[in-house]
Amino acid sequence: MSTAKKILAKGYLWLLLFFMYAPIVIIAIFSFTEAKVLGNWTGFSMKLYQNLFSGSVGGSLLKAVENTLSIGLLSAFFSTLLGSVAAVGIYNLKGRSRQAVTFLNNIPMLNPDIITGIALFLLFVAVGITQGYVTVVLAHVSFCTPYVVLSVMPKLRQMAPNTYEAALDLGATPGQALRKVIFPQIRPGVVSGFILAFTLSIDDFAVTLFTKGNQGLETLSTYIYADARKGGLTPELRPLMTVVFLVVLVLLLIINRRSANNNKK
Amino acid sequence: MVASEKHILDLQNVSKRYDGKTILDNINLYIREGEFVTLLGPSGCGNTTTLRLIAGFIQPDDGKILLEGEDIAGIPPYQRPLNTVFQRYALFPHLDVYDNIAFGLKLQKTPTDEIDRRVRKVLKMVAMTDYEDRDVDSLSGGQQQRVAIARALVNEPKVLLLDEPLSALDRKMREDMQIELKEMHQKLGITFIYVTHDQEEALTLSDTIVVMNEGRIQQIGTPTEIYNEPVNCFVADFIGESNILDGTFIKNGLVEFIGHEFECVDKGFGRRAPVDVVVRPEDVYIRRSQSGTQFSGTVRTCTFKGVHNEIFVDTDEGYEMMIQDYNAFEPGERVHMLIKPEDIQVMRKECTSNVLSGTVRDAETVRILGGDFPVANSFEVGSEVKVEVPFDGIELMDNLDDGVISGEVHSILYKGNHYHLTVRTEDGDSLYVDTNDIWDKGDLVGVKFIGQGIKLSKAEDETD
Repeated sequence: MSTAKKILAKGYLWLLLFFMYAPIVIIAIFSFTEAKVLGNWTGFSMKLYQNLFSGSVGGSLLKAVENTLSIGLLSAFFSTLLGSVAAVGIYNLKGRSRQAVTFLNNIPMLNPDIITGIALFLLFVAVGITQGYVTVVLAHVSFCTPYVVLSVMPKLRQMAPNTYEAALDLGATPGQALRKVIFPQIRPGVVSGFILAFTLSIDDFAVTLFTKGNQGLETLSTYIYADARKGGLTPELRPLMTVVFLVVLVLLLIINRRSANNNKK
Repeated sequence: MVASEKHILDLQNVSKRYDGKTILDNINLYIREGEFVTLLGPSGCGNTTTLRLIAGFIQPDDGKILLEGEDIAGIPPYQRPLNTVFQRYALFPHLDVYDNIAFGLKLQKTPTDEIDRRVRKVLKMVAMTDYEDRDVDSLSGGQQQRVAIARALVNEPKVLLLDEPLSALDRKMREDMQIELKEMHQKLGITFIYVTHDQEEALTLSDTIVVMNEGRIQQIGTPTEIYNEPVNCFVADFIGESNILDGTFIKNGLVEFIGHEFECVDKGFGRRAPVDVVVRPEDVYIRRSQSGTQFSGTVRTCTFKGVHNEIFVDTDEGYEMMIQDYNAFEPGERVHMLIKPEDIQVMRKECTSNVLSGTVRDAETVRILGGDFPVANSFEVGSEVKVEVPFDGIELMDNLDDGVISGEVHSILYKGNHYHLTVRTEDGDSLYVDTNDIWDKGDLVGVKFIGQGIKLSKAEDETD
């Protein structure tokens, strides 16, 4: 009886994992063959990887990757800065106003991307900003910041009470207290927040689509979308997807390692 | 170390309010150089707030704080020559023991060799010499507190502020640390200002105790003065064990309580004036023979407490007395008691009835503290009246709806044969109630008036 139960439980888990990861694994497998159509196996080949990195497919795909990464880094940087400062501010609020601001911070995270995207699009049109690289970064910063706040807050709460005052008491100016005492203690949260913001930015499609304007700016997600609409996916996307997946996997592993270490402490 | 006469700190008319609530009400206090001063009181009494004002974390709404005669109002905490030891240590977990202690010195750009010398010196003083490379999170509570004390002392402050530094430690550790703190104070000669709610700790450590309650200073004095001559019921009840009783001051040197007249050494309370009387349990002499005693009773319980026995006696007049004696007595045993004149502490009553203001609604009703109380009266509708309600003219009820207004039991004082309660109404007004019923602190109660003792008079026109 108990062995049957065990098999059932294990089987369920593996089935679940299979359904979750099969699509990704299939793309990864078919990135090692030359066939134009996904699903045809024409023998093992690294040709698609060569094409991808030698740029024979055309610079536009790599340009999209480059945009994705630079937008990701820029928006992660600014949202980390904004979010960390905001978290310190929220932490120092009292009772009700703290609850209210935390609540306001949570709404954008639950708001569907498509609505955020359209809203930002309308805002940029209303304000009269030409849409392009800058508006995409601004849009990404706006939806990443709440996540940074969420990731820094617990670190602030874990701090011993009076930590800031203790620093002042020992002669640190408010600026020194922030740099030498508060920041070192919340750093893990800030770094996690940065990584989270970076992955969210890379991942985004809906918001980017509405804010990238018509100057020909493409990120990876909008490039693939356009490519798919033109008729069939470029085969080189398969190795690219595989690489992106591996990068995200590594980042996730780093985040998990960090939080595991922090919990141990 | 005897404190000099020079004042290192002066608090003049200091008040602090939060959201319209008064936390500190007109505090006047001076602290002499080298003194060990304890700000003692229950939580919320304002002692921590006072300490934070001195440290500069918050600013007073009114009044001045002088350090060596200079107003320090505009000086931020990081420029004040004071250091604080916090209740929860507030050590910096990203730094090891050595760097925690050196933090202040490094900010002052002290030369490395001097930092090294001074850190080692304080580490030795707090008996933590071998711990300099340790992670602060790996230390026990007591060790962390030693590091926190060292971190403050290494900066050689003019005043060391300690905010309940031992409250997170277990009893044995706390007692050891008390002795060490006292020794440190004597050796260093630095002024210590110590905040605690533990009266034993205050009596053990202090040169001067400042007893505080509800944002006001109740009494300032040496531990002996505070213990032997409390100025009011709050101080008597808060410090040590005591029998607090209602009494009548008959004339100088004679006071009546528990149904007997006693000689006392107090003077100047008037004639036949209502007073509070405090007798410490160790000051009641208990005998088996009647000769030379003043009153008699029957032993209810007798509990062995190590050094002494704690005996509760029901007197023949129906009062309960707490007595401490080396001898044990049997429950039910007849005993006879004696109190010496110098052991009776007479205190002026802060008030003898509840004086409230009300508005007449009709001939049967007066609006008081936001509730319509049925009080028959002959005043004009709408006129303002002064209402005097005796302590025993108020009934408290479990069911809030049975009362005209509701409140919370704020403090309880046992007066030998009844309880004297302070009930805080929803609007923050206080009502004093004498009752035989047992209530707990924090109980929500309905309040109504009973009996005939309620006095109404026309409100005097106050020009405020």
